[in-house]
Amino acid sequence: MRRWAASLLVFTACVASSEDAREGSTEEGTDVLDAGYTLPAHAPERFGLGSEASTGRVAAWDVDVKPDGEGLPPGRGTVAEGEAVFRIHCIACHGPTGTEGPNDVLVGTEPWEEWPGSSTVGGYWPYATTLYDYIARAMPQITPGILTPDQTYAVIAYILHRNDIVPADAVMDAQTLPQVRMPARDRFVVDDRRGGAEVR
Amino acid sequence: MSEENARRFSRRAWIAGASGLAAAGLVRTRADALVAVPRQAAAPAADPTKVPGRFTSEVGRRAAGEQPRRLARTQALSSSSQSPLQDLMGIVTPSDLHFERHHAGIPEIAKEGHELLIHGMVERPMVFSMSDIERFPRVSRLYFIECSGNGGAAYSRDGMPTEITVQALDGLLSTSEWTGVPLATVLREVGVRRGASWLLAEGRDAAMMSRSIPLEKAMDDALLAYGQNGEAIRPEQGYPLRLMLPGWEGNSQIKWLRRIEVTDRPTMTREETSKYTDPLGNGTARQFSFVMDAKSTITFPTYPYVLPERGWWEITGLAWTGRGRITRVEVSTDGGRRWVDAVLQAPVLPKCTVRFRHLWEWDGRETIVMSRATDETGYVQPTVQQLWEARGDRTRYHFNHQRAWKVARDGAVTLGLGDLI
Repeated sequence: MRRWAASLLVFTACVASSEDAREGSTEEGTDVLDAGYTLPAHAPERFGLGSEASTGRVAAWDVDVKPDGEGLPPGRGTVAEGEAVFRIHCIACHGPTGTEGPNDVLVGTEPWEEWPGSSTVGGYWPYATTLYDYIARAMPQITPGILTPDQTYAVIAYILHRNDIVPADAVMDAQTLPQVRMPARDRFVVDDRRGGAEVR
Repeated sequence: MSEENARRFSRRAWIAGASGLAAAGLVRTRADALVAVPRQAAAPAADPTKVPGRFTSEVGRRAAGEQPRRLARTQALSSSSQSPLQDLMGIVTPSDLHFERHHAGIPEIAKEGHELLIHGMVERPMVFSMSDIERFPRVSRLYFIECSGNGGAAYSRDGMPTEITVQALDGLLSTSEWTGVPLATVLREVGVRRGASWLLAEGRDAAMMSRSIPLEKAMDDALLAYGQNGEAIRPEQGYPLRLMLPGWEGNSQIKWLRRIEVTDRPTMTREETSKYTDPLGNGTARQFSFVMDAKSTITFPTYPYVLPERGWWEITGLAWTGRGRITRVEVSTDGGRRWVDAVLQAPVLPKCTVRFRHLWEWDGRETIVMSRATDETGYVQPTVQQLWEARGDRTRYHFNHQRAWKVARDGAVTLGLGDLI
């Protein structure tokens, strides 16, 4: 198959070259030498490569969670349940109360004048849904993916409570988590660098 | 030859000198690099014209005395290693010296069985095997990749380091010839639906590293890359498949790529909210700051090199911009009072490093050498003071300010930015 592909490319280049020469459409032959990202004019609408993905296949891999809650699975967790999860799975890297490290400091209410400080969940994270997306895909670091949805919702409830964002009796699930308003939500702005003379 | 003499006589003596001292194992050099020294270096022949040489071999190796190494200080799952910029020539980084940045280690992935799923706002959700992807028409291009955290060691107002190598400072920068299929070609195959404006790209590593990417970039010059410098991409760079977003910050160019979801909004992953956003001085943070602005860095002379004598020396380094081509690199040999154009070594390619050179006669007096790049948008590489003014001193990425190296009267070179402030 590789050999076939290679000869197709050579063939394509030759065709493009002769056509361009006939039409005189190139300047110093640069288009022929560097066809770049443009497909040749005779390229098919579709190459017919790949296979259709079943809905089951898509569902199995489509694990991300959007800010409006799209992608959140069924399940629920409380602050108290989350504290238990945190003690088992999180304190080795984040410390007994989420403030000690050695890895990212999760909890903290530093004065806003010091912002962004140590970029805690309460101080810096703009969306609560990101906690679910990230913990489900990458945490705990040594055993990623080990937490159940219930455990994930619970540990999020605990972290949010430790940051004074939700009360002690909060329950996190697919409905409540996207409604959590994060303190740093409005602090993020679109990149305004555009090149040119101004330093931004 | 004593160690001191060795250091003074060879440009790369700080490594060679260290290797001469050690029979085997890890050696701490004058710089902060740990250098692995080969246990059995072939002894040079006294007269190679009188001794038959060795036979051909299936895989070549470096000359015994040439052992450039990445700077891999942290052995951790989320860590990085830097390219030895001081040892490299031209613009291409040897693949085994390309810088690394992993968020959960390097996954072991076989090409057979690796698949890319593209779904979401598309006409046909599809799965592509690597042989499918390799059969699409190919493109090969030279592009730099730079980690957006590169250079952060020289941004602190509280004290700039002086004894730091260019490798430790700016080594999260590498250039390769990348081969792959334009993402636009593959998106045409699945049919992007009207209203789509973003992608989510996701890796197959233990971090399932993921970033939201504007569809506009995907349709412009993004590649699904599987080739690096003439062979398959190295595992450290995303084998068997990675996203290439020319000129954009390295973390957005998802390695070990296995899924692309076409969407109409960003996913707001951890790597585009909690990380890789740029706090500014006014209490806001810049988000989706993808493009790497114009930058240059001198690779010689830099710490810990010691110029052994006055006379003619060639200052050289690399310049690059994510916004197209570098149009000019200027060099100053008097701390920024006068600037002269450096020579740009052809080719000058878009979104690729360019090698610059400036022949300089050192008169033996203490001075500071600097470089500054200009790109085709007219952007001039700023001073660190300009960046502090524009972004405050707590920003965390995109440190493209000018570098300066102090040359002392005894020829010792140190990072000289501190003296300029």
